[in-house]
Amino acid sequence: MTAAPVVNEDRHASYTDAHIKGILRGVKTIAMVGASTNWNRPSYFAMKYLQDKGYRVFPVNPGAAGQTVLGEKIFASLRDIPEKIDMVDVFRAAEHVPPIAADAVAIGAKVLWMQLGVRNDTAAETAEKAGLTVIMNRCPKIEYGRLSGELGWHGFNSGVITSKRRKI
Amino acid sequence: MTRNSRYGFETLSIHAGAGPDPATGARSTPIYQTTAFVFDDADHAASLFNLQTFGYIYGRLTNPTTAVLEERIASLEGGRGATCTASGHSAQMLAFFPLLQPGDEFISSRRLYGGSITQFTRTFKKFGWSGLLVDTDEPDNVRRAINPKTKAIFCESLANPGGVISDIEVLAKIAHEHGLPLIVDNTMATPYLCRPIEWGADLVIHSTTKFLSGHGNAMGGAVVDSGTFDWGQGDKFPSLSKPEPAYHGLTFTETFGDLAYTIYGHAVGLRDLGPTMAPMNAYLTIMGCETLALRMQRHIENAQAVAEYLSRHPQVAWVSYAGLKGNKYHALAQKYLPKGAGSVFTIGIKGGYDAGVKVVESVDLFSHLANIGDTRSLIIHPASTTHRQLSVEQATAAGAGPDVLRLSIGLESIDDILRDLDQALGQAARLAA
Ligand SMILES: Cc1ncc(COP(=O)(O)O)c(C=O)c1O
Repeated sequence: MTAAPVVNEDRHASYTDAHIKGILRGVKTIAMVGASTNWNRPSYFAMKYLQDKGYRVFPVNPGAAGQTVLGEKIFASLRDIPEKIDMVDVFRAAEHVPPIAADAVAIGAKVLWMQLGVRNDTAAETAEKAGLTVIMNRCPKIEYGRLSGELGWHGFNSGVITSKRRKI
Repeated sequence: MTRNSRYGFETLSIHAGAGPDPATGARSTPIYQTTAFVFDDADHAASLFNLQTFGYIYGRLTNPTTAVLEERIASLEGGRGATCTASGHSAQMLAFFPLLQPGDEFISSRRLYGGSITQFTRTFKKFGWSGLLVDTDEPDNVRRAINPKTKAIFCESLANPGGVISDIEVLAKIAHEHGLPLIVDNTMATPYLCRPIEWGADLVIHSTTKFLSGHGNAMGGAVVDSGTFDWGQGDKFPSLSKPEPAYHGLTFTETFGDLAYTIYGHAVGLRDLGPTMAPMNAYLTIMGCETLALRMQRHIENAQAVAEYLSRHPQVAWVSYAGLKGNKYHALAQKYLPKGAGSVFTIGIKGGYDAGVKVVESVDLFSHLANIGDTRSLIIHPASTTHRQLSVEQATAAGAGPDVLRLSIGLESIDDILRDLDQALGQAARLAA
């Protein structure tokens, strides 16, 4: 993982639950860069899960452009997607993120999300300067599961304490 | 990651993992007494079996009642996740299972619960795992024992049968210098008295049979993962960092990040070894956790009083309680267990083996049995019971020589506890006279 040096105080070390919740509630369409057609790859897991939760996921992978994965056509680049994209979810190594961030800005995405293990502060700065919200080194599937209580089904510490009944 | 740190220990003991039941609104956690869970459709079933979505399949892997307890214990220890098991011993097996291949080794403190010594040095051998026991009071012993086959270091925070405290911070440092995880058995201290992860431990295990359930009525164990150890380093932990054949080549660390160890514990450990905690026992242990802070306060208050009383008693040769000034481990107790040094400890009785046997047969309030961490005060003579599988040298090294009695001080009125011990010691003295 080749992350650029962190200059200011680290705003990306942690995110509040409310911040993450706001993002996951706000977005409807997600472009997944680095989506794989291979069912046992992490991106496939995340795509399937996010589809189940009602998101429309547009896979992006130049090596597999034109094929379909989980019922969706794979695009060669973010700029080829004909629909409006709310969030770009990056399943690529950190050094590949800057051009993806530039594309995310160009297509008018509102959120740039880098997966667990991926952090690129230069790319984050590009996106943030253009007004995008940036999340790094997190998985939207895990965050969704954590905040919805599903992660607790598997013995994880969700960090959530509540006396309110959750919706099923 | 957010680790509900803004809540106090007592709040977490009662609430962590347990919102009202989503289906019914039941406020106390329901006992989901079921073996299996229906699938929505074939695709949902496939996603669950492939670990692509969260959800319940079969009770050997996960159960909603047990999951509440797992989240509760993970929260109390400040960990990422937990896997509950049928007993403390199976928690130990499950803790090592993702780490060790046949031929691998781990290093353990030699001051352990006797059953753990037997498990590590005899039974684990059948899996091709070697547990090497060393005196961890001398850290260089640990450094010297590490070799390329070593995969973990193990100790008990407060060691059974009592009085001994491991220097967790030092052991964690040695472990991390060598790219190894430190596993701490925190059964005797409980997270109320000590949270090993805060001192650098990577995994914490429990026999929840003891103080966490707390009422001597439910067997159980737990493995807590801090979520901070890098299992991907080198090729040391292939079960976690290499494609898993039992899941069509899925790689746990890559797919699940810091959830990998705990998901492996359920999806492979419990699935294939099978030591699942019963939902009823999970419920009883959840109830125990809710009063953990209150109970531990009384346990340590009573234990300190008994230790002080016995240290002045003419029939008692020595008291090994780290809460006593002058005890070898008193400084470590003040560092790691500042609230109190637990409620299980050993004493040496004048008159040796026979006097020890006489005391356990003469008590009337204390129960003579092989357990600790009950509301009731308990007593045992390890040499004739828990440690009898060991050689005299091994037993003595583990703090369980012929003159040793182990006490687990309960929550009864302190005057009644002291009176019972005094009359039993008196009978042992008359035997000797
Ligand atoms: C410190 C310690 N660890 C582990 C165990 C094993 O736990 P269980 O009896 O629940 O299998 C015990 C039980 O006495 C113990 O005292």
